[in-house]
Amino acid sequence: MSEHLTPKLINAGADAVDEMLEGVMAAHGDKLYRPEGSPRAVVARHGPRAGKVALVIGGGSGHEPTFLGFVGKGLADAAAIGNVFASPPPQPAIDAAIAASGGAGVLFMYGNYAGDVMNFDMASEMLGLEGVEARTVLTTDDIASAPHSEREKRRGVAGNVFIFKCAGAAADRMLPLAEVERIARHANARTFTLGVALSPCSLPQTRRANFEIKPGEMEIGMGIHGEPGMRRETLRPADAIVDEIMDAILFEMEPKPGDRVAVLVNSLGSTPLMELYILHRRVAQRIAEAGLELHSSLVGPYCTSMEMAGASITLMHLDGELQPLLEHPCDCAMFQVAGK
Amino acid sequence: MSAEFSSADLAESLSRVAAVLAEHRDELCRLDGVVGDGDHGLAMADGFAAGAKAAQAAAGGTLADVANAAAKALLNAVGASSGPLYATALMRAGNAAGPRASMPLDETRQLIVAMCEGIVARGKAAEGERTMVDAWAPAARAAVEGAAFAEIRAAASKGAEATKQMIATKGRTSRLGERALGHIDPGAASAAVVIDALTQHWESLP
Repeated sequence: MSEHLTPKLINAGADAVDEMLEGVMAAHGDKLYRPEGSPRAVVARHGPRAGKVALVIGGGSGHEPTFLGFVGKGLADAAAIGNVFASPPPQPAIDAAIAASGGAGVLFMYGNYAGDVMNFDMASEMLGLEGVEARTVLTTDDIASAPHSEREKRRGVAGNVFIFKCAGAAADRMLPLAEVERIARHANARTFTLGVALSPCSLPQTRRANFEIKPGEMEIGMGIHGEPGMRRETLRPADAIVDEIMDAILFEMEPKPGDRVAVLVNSLGSTPLMELYILHRRVAQRIAEAGLELHSSLVGPYCTSMEMAGASITLMHLDGELQPLLEHPCDCAMFQVAGK
Repeated sequence: MSAEFSSADLAESLSRVAAVLAEHRDELCRLDGVVGDGDHGLAMADGFAAGAKAAQAAAGGTLADVANAAAKALLNAVGASSGPLYATALMRAGNAAGPRASMPLDETRQLIVAMCEGIVARGKAAEGERTMVDAWAPAARAAVEGAAFAEIRAAASKGAEATKQMIATKGRTSRLGERALGHIDPGAASAAVVIDALTQHWESLP
């Protein structure tokens, strides 16, 4: 067995997350800050305000721009940052929530993973003791991770950006906690993602590939931490891969002709824009063939798995409620939507 | 007349656990890479290193002080799944040991039982679901029966080994179904390492 170590532009592997955060603060200090004494909580300078529900997101590092890149006015108010691929402990989530709280309650949103659920639930319990009401909406957009009948068991992946976006816009419009929570669940229920991985990623601390995949193979449905997906097979042309993914997504989404969808073609890390646009070309064809309207597209790295090669495709099934929330302006360090 | 187990001994037990987990770090990561995201060895090694350090700093206090200091440090060092599970385990161990400077060495078996209860309460997993509970529960049963330390760790090790034939319903591995068959669950493997290190240390005490 080879002991090939992935080359990375890092210093000590154990310092990777903290040094990244120092860099993010140096670059985006006009939009973000970290509360005193809480280096793993990232808070928006211009979002949180009195009477507004605080949207607090979070999870493991290694998925940038998820999660910290989506903190900013109009989207998330704060994020709790974990080690690479590991849930943050409760304390940064508590610190993030308290810093962002406007007295109207806190909504925690994050991908559905066992570790995140335990840590954020502990944070919610501790906030409750301090008189801060915290509720939780888990994202479950990855259709590879459990059957449709067990949607609540699915994990949250790249569709997070659409789901967080709608919830953040609802909070920015000063809707009450119960309403922001309802909209977040609604957005999650209408968002579907499926990905394909071509090469592994490695943790900065070990630099060893965290799964093996032969050149010329692909794994459909692989998770954003390298969790095995639905199956392994020979790499096929982009159009064939998109067709399989779109078949699965449209089967679950059950859109009616004329419905609008928002699309995200996401790089898992090292797959370049050229390939993403080749994928998007076929996605757009399939949307047109299904009689749907392509409302808007995001193409690029939105939810990565360090240097993993591969891509995921997300569709959000828009309706009269979600579309204006998706169009609502936001100003985050790594994601902006301009006002009209 | 049983020997006494002091708060300094408890801190030393946790240091032994941390040292053995550091040795197993890469192996546990590789096991986790087969079925999950490959970080389990890091979370366990880093978590117990932080926990042991805090335990040593608190070793002048009671057994409960040492266990609670370790729990808090472990939790805030790693998060992940191991953080809340082992932090809860250590807090329950602290409750079982109580606010006393030492306890009879024979009673350390109760710490295994309490840790298992904490893990089950936090993770809501039962035996047979291919998790760390499959190592902790047999060890706790042996402990309740007053088995020798060697039998307790053998029970944990056998339980961990049995996860190779289990299909997961909890944790990230549950997304794998039958594809995980033949591979030991990394959480159960590290649990067996923890129980082994604890009982080896307790056995070595005069």
